[in-house]
Amino acid sequence: MAKKSVKDRMSNEINAGSMADIAFLLLIFFLVTTTIVEDKGVLVRLPPWSDEPPEVLKFKTRNVYSILVNANNDLLVRGEPKKVEDLKESIKEFIMNPQRREDLAESSVDAIVSLKNDRGTKYETYIEVYNEVKAAYNELQNEQSQARFGKNFEFLTREQKKEIVAVIPMKLSEAEPTAFGEE
Amino acid sequence: MSKFQKKRGKSNPAISTASLPDIIFMLLFFFMVVTVLRDASLKVTVRTPQATELTKLEKKSLVNYLYIGVPTKEHQADAGTKPRLQLGDKFATTDDIPLFLANHRENVDERQRGLITSSLRVDREVTMGIVSDVKTALRKAGQFKVNYSAKPRQG
Repeated sequence: MAKKSVKDRMSNEINAGSMADIAFLLLIFFLVTTTIVEDKGVLVRLPPWSDEPPEVLKFKTRNVYSILVNANNDLLVRGEPKKVEDLKESIKEFIMNPQRREDLAESSVDAIVSLKNDRGTKYETYIEVYNEVKAAYNELQNEQSQARFGKNFEFLTREQKKEIVAVIPMKLSEAEPTAFGEE
Repeated sequence: MSKFQKKRGKSNPAISTASLPDIIFMLLFFFMVVTVLRDASLKVTVRTPQATELTKLEKKSLVNYLYIGVPTKEHQADAGTKPRLQLGDKFATTDDIPLFLANHRENVDERQRGLITSSLRVDREVTMGIVSDVKTALRKAGQFKVNYSAKPRQG
């Protein structure tokens, strides 16, 4: 009796019918736990640190677009309060100066955007402002690329990109933050 | 015409499910490969701000993460309610940044060390004070490529 059952077992194959269920179980586990993290963000290149105080460079006032953000997240742009939404168009006009106005940048190469915030400024506001500045430059570079090569900046070759950057260099200077506001 | 009649006589065979496990396994392997089990459990709350000018970070191994935010409820007793910096899986101060960066640099192939990016995952409600301190520390440590982590903004 016992012998026979052993023989039976030997001849039996492992039932693979439940394999699919097990695999399904694992699949569902991984489906649930998966977070296809796409880390995106505003890419920035910080300037190197030096212990000496920075050289005082003199620029013509018309070439500097100063943005000050205080601890209440208000913007002071070239001495006047401004909303974040209007920033991009204003910066674009400042850099390109299509009407050759006396108070805007002499040329796109000379234009400098200066950003200064307070230690009490909210990070969200800072990123918003930084994003607008970057957006202005990106749009101008794209417009140039379209005019010269007929495609967007990101699809250009390395040499073509250099050519565009030579015309519209992103000059963003960040000053050390002030410490008036409460952190 | 006769063709159709012939077919009607046959009993339609059941679809073979023998290959089902294989298909499922294939899906399973796909998800296993794609899954990134987050190595650091967050001790601070981070809700990244929104932005439009985003760059995607390509190589995970070339990125190190710095988290800044208010400690979560469980950690507020010992870490306080002020925004804190988290490196790896523990709270840190800006003095720990050089060591943290050096440790990461060790694990990266020498030729690719110039491509290392620091991803700053900062909560949107945090004030710039601590962020500025971290930025200064990064600059002093020679880490200039920084990515302010943000979510895409609609519209």
